[in-house]
Amino acid sequence: MSQKEHFFSAKNRKLFTDPFNNGNPITVLVLGICSALAVTVKLQPAIVMAISVTVVTGCSSLIISLIRKTIPTRIRIIVQLVVVAALVILVDQILKACAYEISKQLSVFVGLIITNCIIMGRIEAFALGNKPTPSLVDGLGNGAAYGAILVIVAFVRELFGSGSLFDIRIIPESWYVKNGGFYENNGLIILPPMALIILGIIIWVHRSFNKSLHEK
Amino acid sequence: MNTNKNSYTLIYSTIMVIIVAAALAFAADALKNPINKNREIEKKMNILMSVGKALEISGEKNLFIESEYKKYIKEEFLVNAKGERIQGDAFNTDLKKEYAKPEQERKLPVFVCIDKDIKLYILPVRGKGLWGAIWGYVSLKDDLNTIYGTNFDHASETPGLGAQIATRNFQERFSGKKLFKNSAFVSVQVIKEGSAALDDYKVDGISGSTITSKAVGKMMLESLSNYRAFFGKFSNQ
Repeated sequence: MSQKEHFFSAKNRKLFTDPFNNGNPITVLVLGICSALAVTVKLQPAIVMAISVTVVTGCSSLIISLIRKTIPTRIRIIVQLVVVAALVILVDQILKACAYEISKQLSVFVGLIITNCIIMGRIEAFALGNKPTPSLVDGLGNGAAYGAILVIVAFVRELFGSGSLFDIRIIPESWYVKNGGFYENNGLIILPPMALIILGIIIWVHRSFNKSLHEK
Repeated sequence: MNTNKNSYTLIYSTIMVIIVAAALAFAADALKNPINKNREIEKKMNILMSVGKALEISGEKNLFIESEYKKYIKEEFLVNAKGERIQGDAFNTDLKKEYAKPEQERKLPVFVCIDKDIKLYILPVRGKGLWGAIWGYVSLKDDLNTIYGTNFDHASETPGLGAQIATRNFQERFSGKKLFKNSAFVSVQVIKEGSAALDDYKVDGISGSTITSKAVGKMMLESLSNYRAFFGKFSNQ
């Protein structure tokens, strides 16, 4: 047993935490942007999307890593796609059964997790050449780091676009112009371009704190 | 083992497909019941919303919708092209399949809502939007001419534009409009917002989504015209 690595070993911990900082799939690698724009108008769908993507990245990395030595190199992309697609269909079906309203809001974007570059990227770059445990950790870490950015964007967009969080009103009704106040929701925040701008601001803040990301 | 041989690749892919197909089939079968239940509840909710009920949900959603549906929807039946009542399961009739049949063979669902002393007829409509199917329910007062309320939904209209047909703001524009003009069936036209004066037969569309807006008007005209004989029967009585 002494040879075997502990699940929470320093190396595995780093695999999990690295995507949150130096290797963030959205802010550093700029992958998976399209869904980050589409599902971040409200917090609740963003969180469901984050969990779905984390489950898919984690499980697909684990499965591919388990069978990595048996996969014929020539059809390896097809094998990866079949595994990812099967997992996404499962997630979609489970959402339809357990969270029908949210699955309707996420609509095509659940199906489009298949095309999320983060998943294929992690499988190609990591799971194909590493043992199952680190692959699982790496997949989960990347999914969660993607999800974290999604949640931050959704937080800003729901708060300033709709004046609520989780559909619970945060900005008091009496502040609104229509009720004689001074405040108005920012309609622009609801639209996709604003998600891109918020993302840009997050990248800016991230890079100004992390000097190692600066190009020489 | 040589994993690059053709035979290995073929066998590998065959086995992989069989395993994945089996797993997905199993999952689809296991989740069939809850998914169908969700669809049924959604349909009941849409029918209720077309008569202005179930707009606010209190308590557990499924139970609430079931009890409201039982409370208000008193009758469900099918009518044929001659407007006669026929046997069949109105709730589970698939409009898409019915519209694929020739007009004379179509079986069309009618739902009757009774709220205190008001009697409303709810008719399903279905048509093509810009990107995919659009559908909904139109409720009529018992003169079978005046629209009481509507509810529309869509498969894939543009978010923020065409998708607004699913909002109350758009749906409420139809209330009070009429289907018959001097006893001729004309239905309600959806026009470009602000392009003409509104009368009993026109409603404003959604700016920026002319095609989806017009599609709603076309859907109402085409779907409701299937019920002409049924409307006629009533006005003669």
